[in-house]
Amino acid sequence: MADHNLPGALAGIRVVELAGEASAYAGLMLAGMGAEVIVAEPPEGHHSRGFEPFLDDEPGPERSLWWWHYNASKVGVTLDLGDDDGREQFRSLVGTADVVLESERPGRLADLGIDHDTLRADHPELIWVSLTPFGRSGPRAQEESIDLTVLAAGGPVWSCGYDDHAIPPQRGGGNQGYQTGSIFAVLSAQTALLARDRTGQGQFVDVSLHAAANVTTEFASVQWLVAGDEVQRQTGRHAAVEPTTFTRALSADGIDVNTGFPPRSARDFAVVVEWMESLGLKDQFEEFFFLEMGTQLEEDLHLSQIGQDPEVTAMFGAAREAVRFIAQNITAHEFFIGAQERGLAVGIIYSPEEVLADPHFQERGFPVEVEHEDLGRSFTYVGAPYIAPKSPYQVRHRAPHLGEHNSILEALT
Amino acid sequence: MKSEALSHIRICDFTGQLAGAGATRWMAAFGAEIIRVEDPARLGKWDVLRGTSPFVDERRGHEFGGCFNNHNVEKLGITLNLRTDKGKELLAELIAECDAVTENFAAGVLERLGFGYERLREIKPDILYVSNCGFGHAGPYRKYKTWGPIVQACCGLTFTSGLPDMPSAGWGYSYMDHHGGNFMAMAIMAGLIHRSRTGEGQWIDMSCTDAGATMLGPAVLDYTVNGRPLRRDGMPYSNRSQFPAMAPHGIYEADGHDAWLALAARDERDWQAIAELMGIDDRRFADLAGRLAHEDDLDDAVRAWTSKRDRFDAAAELQAIGVPAAGVAKPVDRVDNDANTEAWGLWPTVTHGEMGRVRVDGIPAHFSDTDWVLERGGPLLGQHNRQIIGGLLGYSDAELTDLAAEGVI
Repeated sequence: MADHNLPGALAGIRVVELAGEASAYAGLMLAGMGAEVIVAEPPEGHHSRGFEPFLDDEPGPERSLWWWHYNASKVGVTLDLGDDDGREQFRSLVGTADVVLESERPGRLADLGIDHDTLRADHPELIWVSLTPFGRSGPRAQEESIDLTVLAAGGPVWSCGYDDHAIPPQRGGGNQGYQTGSIFAVLSAQTALLARDRTGQGQFVDVSLHAAANVTTEFASVQWLVAGDEVQRQTGRHAAVEPTTFTRALSADGIDVNTGFPPRSARDFAVVVEWMESLGLKDQFEEFFFLEMGTQLEEDLHLSQIGQDPEVTAMFGAAREAVRFIAQNITAHEFFIGAQERGLAVGIIYSPEEVLADPHFQERGFPVEVEHEDLGRSFTYVGAPYIAPKSPYQVRHRAPHLGEHNSILEALT
Repeated sequence: MKSEALSHIRICDFTGQLAGAGATRWMAAFGAEIIRVEDPARLGKWDVLRGTSPFVDERRGHEFGGCFNNHNVEKLGITLNLRTDKGKELLAELIAECDAVTENFAAGVLERLGFGYERLREIKPDILYVSNCGFGHAGPYRKYKTWGPIVQACCGLTFTSGLPDMPSAGWGYSYMDHHGGNFMAMAIMAGLIHRSRTGEGQWIDMSCTDAGATMLGPAVLDYTVNGRPLRRDGMPYSNRSQFPAMAPHGIYEADGHDAWLALAARDERDWQAIAELMGIDDRRFADLAGRLAHEDDLDDAVRAWTSKRDRFDAAAELQAIGVPAAGVAKPVDRVDNDANTEAWGLWPTVTHGEMGRVRVDGIPAHFSDTDWVLERGGPLLGQHNRQIIGGLLGYSDAELTDLAAEGVI
């Protein structure tokens, strides 16, 4: 585990972030890497302070858990970009920044005279990362957009859902359209910082949420680009051109598991036979004979043999059913551990809160306690995406109260 | 022509699939010299995508994997047989010339090949080493095997997608292979920034399941602060919006085969515009609390309007009154018929040594001064042996011929 007294990789880098729904996660990550991220809100507070869930379900500007999560590790100031003083404060603040991060509607900052084009002459070393639904120009740049429509228009939704296509396709949870754009905003800031190391020059980066969704759909795009084939959504597995077999089972404690690829080598069959015997399930499984047959295979089964060779088809079917049968008879966690310890790649379908309770994530130090001294309590947050021992990623402190660090602005004048 | 953004960086790259190759793909697009090291004896198949579909034509084999090309654009490729002493020697010489070593093997594989972090540091004391696997290199599950759907299951993402009282729909693709790669790129560049400032290398242990679990923060806090788990009756319901609460917010049937429309009311202004357009007049829906309490009926009322309309026409009507809406795009819609992706240059054409000209995923960011360039396809097996082992490491053509004859490259 990392030494938490060390500075992060971006220590000494100042980021000015105009509070925004889509960019909040980018600011969070830059702050996690050690940058000083100053999130600037309007004097009445950014509207995301009104987002659910709330501490004890009571709304209040300092009670939004959405705000808490996405603005942890940042410091906060209030600025009114609608008046001259506020804009002047913004200009002064930008003058001290390495990176500006914003997700304002294209044109707004130009109208206010505080966009990159206006400010760059005085700050040639400044890096400015803009994150907008469709990019700054482009024919759709002024469309109304939220996470749901980003994911619908950008491709991810088409690939997610159920075998039954009378059911609408599904948007994955957790504002992943915004977060995907934010991840590319972080990569952009880092890339521009590395470029600046060499050239001394900053630059403008135009990041598009819609483009980000479009290039993170794996097969859906590549299959179309390369072969002109359209993938179709399937319950709990990859959208595909040709249907694939079901990979889910409901374990004895009511938690779904992903059963992975069915066994196809003699070794895999031997593992399943041994596992069934050790659980005392052998006599309850009618096709056990075909599993034993599988242990004698000299070559791995190949998917193309299914439906062609009756014995292979029977072995394949028995193997898939055997894994599902085991899952149905033990808890999901027992199934996950039992399979993985035997070298079979399967997954347990955790809900988000269950991840933090798992011993693996705990041993890696993934859940972290964040002090809320204002409440006299601390709470468990999600932690770092990677462990960097010399320049740790950390959740540094709770999100700022409204205007909590306005002294930063006073120091500028 | 290459981007100049990262042209001062050279990486010895063992990544494969998408979860690893995606990381160095970003960096290659911005001009970093990414040198993929592949195994000549197994024709580079430690990355299975080298030979798997989709294919541009009827040709098959290790030079025809469509995804491999997509994920490895602008990279260089060399072959080294690490079972041989000479292969190991050449790798050490290469590492000495690199800023970073990157891999996404199962935990421990690179060490077994003789190139664990201690050995890398012997070769080059300030080397940055970034490993990436499903559960990382520390913790009880470090030896467990994963691919995208397993990662997504174990980090909570799969569970968040779907309808109540149904199995989770999950993600219909390896969402966390994309972001496994992206977080790995983030880790690599963070390590390079630290190294450039302090001169210090390190081993960064990236775990795809940790990375994925960072992406569900508000749901986790709802549990750790309020004690409300996401695994509860009526949840998840992922086409609806919980954080923040909005209604209507959904994906609704449109006219046509498997045609769908996404729309939402962010606030009362949006709602009033929607209600007027759709002719919905029901006092139960007068405020957000009412709409949330009667959300099934509200969705029925919205669907009555959407189901008779073409998804794109309906989206345009809603956009015209300032409401966020979009037709659910099929691949053809967004790749071939979207004016915005075209204006962005989102599907550049690269030239691959065997496949010829192929369109690939572009980069969703444009830089004003050092923008990305994607022109060269993924490397053929050993395509750049002469450039790297010859040019960079100084071996003559005659020596390269011998190395090939000895099965080293």
